[in-house]
Amino acid sequence: MSILGGKGGESSSFWFIKSLCLWCLLKVHKEVALKKILVVAVLLMLVVSIGAMGQQTLATVLERGYVIVGVNAVLPGFGALDTATGEYAGFDVDYGRAIAAAVGVDVEFIPLTAGERLTALQTGQIDVLLRNTTWTLTRDSKDLGLDFCPTTFYDGQGFIVRKADDINSIGDMDGATVCVTSGTTTEGNLADAFRLHDLALTTQVFADTEASFGAYDVAGCDCYTSDKSQLASLRTTAAVPGDHIILPDTISKEPLGPLVRHGDNEWFDIVKWTVFATFFAEEYGITQANVATFESTNPEIRRFLGVEGGMGAKLGLAEDWAMNVVLAVGNYGEIYDRHLGPNGLDIPRAGSLNALWTQGGLIYCPAWR
Amino acid sequence: MSRKVSSSHSVPFWRDVRVLRVIGQIAFLVIIATGIWWLLNNLRVNLRACGLKISFSFLRNTAGFPISEGLPYSPTDVNGYAFWVGIVNTIRISVIGIVLATIIGTVIGIARLSNNWLVKKLAGLYVEVVRNIPLLVQLFFWYFAVMLTALPMVKNSIKLPGPIYLTRRGVYLPWVAPTGSFGGWMWYIIIGLVLAIAVYVFRRAYLRRAERPGFPLIWAGLVLILVLGAGWFLTSGNPLALTIPVLKRFNFEGGLWLSTSFTSLLVGLSVYTGAFIAEIVRAGILAVSRGQTEAARAVGLKKAHVLRLVVLPQALRVIIPPLASQYLNLTKNSSLAILIGYYDLMNVGTTIFNQTGRAVEMILLIMASYLTMSLLTSLLMNYYNRRMKLVER
Repeated sequence: MSILGGKGGESSSFWFIKSLCLWCLLKVHKEVALKKILVVAVLLMLVVSIGAMGQQTLATVLERGYVIVGVNAVLPGFGALDTATGEYAGFDVDYGRAIAAAVGVDVEFIPLTAGERLTALQTGQIDVLLRNTTWTLTRDSKDLGLDFCPTTFYDGQGFIVRKADDINSIGDMDGATVCVTSGTTTEGNLADAFRLHDLALTTQVFADTEASFGAYDVAGCDCYTSDKSQLASLRTTAAVPGDHIILPDTISKEPLGPLVRHGDNEWFDIVKWTVFATFFAEEYGITQANVATFESTNPEIRRFLGVEGGMGAKLGLAEDWAMNVVLAVGNYGEIYDRHLGPNGLDIPRAGSLNALWTQGGLIYCPAWR
Repeated sequence: MSRKVSSSHSVPFWRDVRVLRVIGQIAFLVIIATGIWWLLNNLRVNLRACGLKISFSFLRNTAGFPISEGLPYSPTDVNGYAFWVGIVNTIRISVIGIVLATIIGTVIGIARLSNNWLVKKLAGLYVEVVRNIPLLVQLFFWYFAVMLTALPMVKNSIKLPGPIYLTRRGVYLPWVAPTGSFGGWMWYIIIGLVLAIAVYVFRRAYLRRAERPGFPLIWAGLVLILVLGAGWFLTSGNPLALTIPVLKRFNFEGGLWLSTSFTSLLVGLSVYTGAFIAEIVRAGILAVSRGQTEAARAVGLKKAHVLRLVVLPQALRVIIPPLASQYLNLTKNSSLAILIGYYDLMNVGTTIFNQTGRAVEMILLIMASYLTMSLLTSLLMNYYNRRMKLVER
């Protein structure tokens, strides 16, 4: 078994290494020894980053008293610090709160860049990743050790360009310079799209969104590409938002949703059904305001509210967990309206894939029994 | 005689310093080896617990992402080649950066010792300002404040004679491109190089025998130019053609393009490292005692000769070791490129690890690449250091 089994094991192994290194430093001043210490330190970093694994996320979360959620910190609408309250706010952030409410614990948000996010989840720094991450086969495979929960937002990659440049579609962009953020599916989609249309492409890749969109904003690039929801969000941060338009072309499928570690089925189920709970609530007209007093003779709704059925126990949660989710963040429609609706990013929902299945969209909850 | 025998008998081994020393070394080695084994084993166990396996087969998969700088590359190439493109880009920025930083450093270092008050103070100001601001901040300054804000858009670029265009997208220069007949001319390049090296070696040997100063490199250069010129004349058609940047719909095309990222990174690294090198050069020159300068002046050497023949050769012995570590710093600092979008090995490496999810493998590869480059630089500088060292009798 792993020596870095749990929390306690990790800290005691730290002490051992620390005292070892200190001893080495005090004892030996020769360069050779220092090099060895360096090697040890490097390996230590590798190992510690892989520490604290296991199949028992729920137990860890309950013991800890809060769930750790990896979010975006610079994407208004999905995940960003609200300057008024100093708290994280956004669509993804609300789902983090929903999961915490389902388990009945507090929540802590950790801001992550696109490049850090998968590693942070793999290595157990966070319990769930909610950072507009695209569901792809590679990421979902056993290879990466991750699992995708149901999609909460159906997106597609698009382009934002300057109105003055007179670009109407991707076909007008032969020879253009495109800014793009590294660590996303975006780079690959971009290369594919330009190859497909046989267009010459120059790219500028940056580690974080602020730098790459910033470079586009001061005309370092002709175009910035990302998921369309992100473009809508970033446009609000441009110097003159009105100078930019989002092209109608959509070059990829970008289903975004929460991720958990592969192999912890109990935790996977909890996150999955928390998402479904928000879908269910909207479908049956259960809202943040009325959930506490919601009365129904419909057996499925009664099971949802925990009045009967023992659904909570099946997930290892309290019987009223789904009610707590709605109480904390509301149903899917409410979360959407709060952040992406007319008062937020204003991404039209009607007629899109993000509408309820009863209205032609893909937001659909399996049977609650 | 008898005393020595008795002493080795009377001291038990646990109090014998020589034995204790060996035991100490062995104990230390055992602890280190155990530590390393423990960590490696831990890594293996934990990776297995996550269901992750160390494997480098992803390097043979198609990369699929774009790289717009460096060796010819297309998204259909494999990850391994993409990484190589990144390595070459790092080498490119490091080598050019080292040359520029050395020039800046030498000039400023000497300027700080100048008798001219203004020159001295300006050089001092440069060193103190540049040395005391973090490199990352400086890179952002060059990239966002200078290149992306102060320079004009592509459509109203600054045109310098050449024509050289300065724009927010980078610098566009006229450049030479090989034409169809380049292959034939290449033979003359090879012949010219061989002849030039031969001339250099013989001329140097002659100068040494004759105990005369001189510049064998100039002779070698002349030979090379002569052969290349003859080749140009004898080859049918021009082997090289001038390409001039021309403005297209979005960007200039043709000529040589130095991207904004490359230019800012190059300027940032050279200016920053140059300040440190300036201090090293200054320290090296000051380390040569005044008596040397005075003696050289006394035997009637000109001021320039005093510097070139007496002071610098001695100063170099002090300068080279710290200079080598500045070169290593510059190479390693080039990994900040990722923050301003230059396709160095760190940038490409992290892209590959994001696309494939192979974090441990890619970080190992990135570390190994920097280590190899740094060790090669060290080797080279150590060799140079040995050659410049005072030959002691």
